[in-house]
Amino acid sequence: MTRRVRLALFGVAACGLAALLLWSITGLPKFGDYHGAYGKILNKRAPQERQTSNVVAAVVFDYRGFDTMGEELILFAAVMGVAMLLREPREEEAPVPEDPVRSDALRAFGVSFAGATLVLGLWIVAHGYVTPGGGFQGGVVLAAAFLLVWLAGSYRAYRGLARAPFVELAEGSGAGGYVVIGLCALLIGDAFLHNLLPYGVAGKLSSGGSIPLLNWASGLEVTAAFVLLFNEFLSERAVLIDPTRRPS
Amino acid sequence: MSYLPFVLAAWIFLVGIFGIVRSRHFIHLVVCLSLTQSSTYVLLLSIGYVKHGGAPIFKDVPLGTKAVDPVVQALTLTDIVVSVTVAALLLALAIQAKKHAKTMNPDELRPVRG
Amino acid sequence: MDVLVPLPVAIPLLTAAALTAFGYWCGRRLDDLIAIVATAATLVISLLLVFRSNDHDLVYWFGGWKPSNGVALGISFTVDPGVAAVATLVATLALAALVFSWRYFDEVGTLFPVLMLVFVGAMCGFALAGDLFNLFVWFELMSVVAYALTGYGVEHAGPLEGAINFAVTNSVGSFCILFGIGFLYARTGALNLAQIVAFTLLVGGFMTKAGAVPFHFWLSDAYAVAPVPVCILLAGVMSDLGLHAIARIYWTVFSGTLSAGDIRPVLIGFGLVTAIVGGFMCFLQRDLKRMLAFATISNIGAVLVGIALLTRSGLASSIVYLNTNGLLRGAAFVAVGILVRRFKSGDELDLRGRGRRAPIAGVVFAAAGLGLALLPPFGPFLANALVVDSADTLGYGWVPPVLALAAVLSAGTILRAAARIFGGLGEAKDPLFSHEPEESQEEPTDTRRVSQPLLWIPAAALALVGLGLVFVPELAGHALRNAGRLVDRSAHAREVLHGVPPSPAPAPSYSPSAAAYAYSVASTLGALAFAAFGLYRRRLPIVLRRAAARVADRPVAGLKALHSGVVGDYVAWLTAGIAVLGGVVAVVVR
Repeated sequence: MTRRVRLALFGVAACGLAALLLWSITGLPKFGDYHGAYGKILNKRAPQERQTSNVVAAVVFDYRGFDTMGEELILFAAVMGVAMLLREPREEEAPVPEDPVRSDALRAFGVSFAGATLVLGLWIVAHGYVTPGGGFQGGVVLAAAFLLVWLAGSYRAYRGLARAPFVELAEGSGAGGYVVIGLCALLIGDAFLHNLLPYGVAGKLSSGGSIPLLNWASGLEVTAAFVLLFNEFLSERAVLIDPTRRPS
Repeated sequence: MSYLPFVLAAWIFLVGIFGIVRSRHFIHLVVCLSLTQSSTYVLLLSIGYVKHGGAPIFKDVPLGTKAVDPVVQALTLTDIVVSVTVAALLLALAIQAKKHAKTMNPDELRPVRG
Repeated sequence: MDVLVPLPVAIPLLTAAALTAFGYWCGRRLDDLIAIVATAATLVISLLLVFRSNDHDLVYWFGGWKPSNGVALGISFTVDPGVAAVATLVATLALAALVFSWRYFDEVGTLFPVLMLVFVGAMCGFALAGDLFNLFVWFELMSVVAYALTGYGVEHAGPLEGAINFAVTNSVGSFCILFGIGFLYARTGALNLAQIVAFTLLVGGFMTKAGAVPFHFWLSDAYAVAPVPVCILLAGVMSDLGLHAIARIYWTVFSGTLSAGDIRPVLIGFGLVTAIVGGFMCFLQRDLKRMLAFATISNIGAVLVGIALLTRSGLASSIVYLNTNGLLRGAAFVAVGILVRRFKSGDELDLRGRGRRAPIAGVVFAAAGLGLALLPPFGPFLANALVVDSADTLGYGWVPPVLALAAVLSAGTILRAAARIFGGLGEAKDPLFSHEPEESQEEPTDTRRVSQPLLWIPAAALALVGLGLVFVPELAGHALRNAGRLVDRSAHAREVLHGVPPSPAPAPSYSPSAAAYAYSVASTLGALAFAAFGLYRRRLPIVLRRAAARVADRPVAGLKALHSGVVGDYVAWLTAGIAVLGGVVAVVVR
């Protein structure tokens, strides 16, 4: 099929699909006029029943916590998949790229910024079920702290921090930990992923029952997943970019 | 006005697919795919919106305050993770296409036919 | 709640995570062994679930969140023997694949067993899920694993293209599913356009996953280049899972608002076109994996027709068909894998006569071909018989002959390849076939000896179970009874949301009609004749051949050209497919 035919086919099809979508949109409730029972019930029940002030976190880690297990595994599987697709042929040794940063001031600033980012990430994970945030959001920030070490400091230091066997241990523990928490409930005779801990008082860090555990498991998994992804793509960068060429 | 966010979602969806169909570069293709996926965020979030509703977070807010639907927000979170993972996998494949097949153009990478 | 229900998902996923965490510290062979044991455990538990759910569905609410006043608060698995059988099929095929792939993927360390385990967990989750968004999560999980595994041979253009086409098309399909979920979540209540379009988008999205025409283009590219052990799972069960989702969604969500009479002709149309196009393209292939990929598409069409009848019998037939066909296709793929490992080739013409040195692979391959040709009394025959009898009573008597034709095309081609490779029959060249793949197989060139039983036992076991499944006492009756539980929508909802089990029903007795036998005998003989035609086509009188060439040459060239391997084309077709599906549904329903 030539490009012209392809675009013509798409043009006709897209017009049909657009008509269909627009037509159907008129059957939806108006914007802001939503009356589904599910979310309303959870908004009412979760803060009392689960002592969790962030209802989204209660949905993510409790009411629909099983979805989140799958979601965590999606990230896990993608990281394993990327590692497989970008595997190094055995004989090739990846060259270490030169570090672009030469100014000590920039280094000092970057590294201290990495520390601040680390603290911010931990804070976002820790308060995920009280205020906006959580393991997924905080995990990405935590991984960014590692990336800063590379950006502002050195590739060698970054690789030293992010040693593959240990990051893989963290990755596996994060993903496996979630499943283990689910199975623990099974062991004591409850349903999979049933709450294990006392609920506490909403708004406190010590609230939410099992939610903090699951939250930290995801935080660990997401951090490790992104660090592993950076590892894979950065070593590709080392191969793709000629190491002898100075960055301008 | 009252349907505008839904129309916007449909528009982003179609424009994103248009980008995929006419793409000549893998990186462009991945960006278009992520764009198309973001239409689903718009759709999910706007479906759960309740007029004058706040965030479904009841810290320092009395219980029973009008709030938007929390479930679609959780669904969107999952959706975002999916988007990131697919993008990562496709970028890894694109790197290998560049390295081994020496092309970034989807139209040129076509060894299987018929 | 039954404690076993979450385990088919939890065991493989936990094992995958543990292998990743500790893989660095434990040996390669140990990883493989652990993966095999975990998959075997999943198989046993799934099989137990088949029996445990025999009397009533097992409804399992995760986190213990039972519905309150008929509103579901959490996520459920709804297990009936049909879905538990699908999970069992997943684990069986995965077990065969893992045994077969002993020492196959040494290059990537633990990554291969880890990804396979996640794949198993995801597909089991997908089979058992009773919640639409949860279904989507497992769908994405298995897709992500499948994209990565398809692209295993990254140093060749074929796997890269296959994996990219697979990932992009299926992602667009999953966006359609998300739109559909969004529209449904908007709770529009009674039948209106939003609901019609939600149905269209969900069905279109899942058809993309399943590989129904015109959403199928990615499938032949991907399955032709994925490593054989991965193909066993992809072709054996992943495609069928998409259709399984369509059946469940129709019966649990839409059967109250969209009447079966309206939807039936639309879905049957898509199913028949898929069955015929798949069978026809199958005939044109010489690369065995690509041939089996098109055979998969053809079979998918047949399963879709079963579901599309929107009757209890149709649904029952789809479960029987999916299980038996999946096992037989898996067996055929293992046989191809044996050839590839031994002769470093998966090309029908290349291998002509060389297969005599691998007789077990030959027997398995031919047995799979005969089974797929609907040879009575084996599994696919029983499934087809249910379709024949149900279609007759609905006034769709013209459907079974078309299905038989599709079986002739695809199974005949498999038999042709079997005769050429293992019997040395037929000619050594045929210009009709799609050109020879530009690259050799992307299979490992590992030359270490692998003990032969590890190769042929999985093949023989899959073929035997696939053919022998039909001798389970009262298989059809049980399938019918379980299908009946899903079809009764209000009773199903009462059971899931209010915990009221339906009154136990006895399994109806079923014996295939004479017409069903006639169609199957005809299709088996037809497949054998078609195989002979494929082998000795050029011995036909020249007049006949000229006439055939005048009629067929252009459509054949056109059909081949459509399978261009360019992802932009495929997405354009996908859009067109959704638009057509939606348009037709809107017209018939309004």
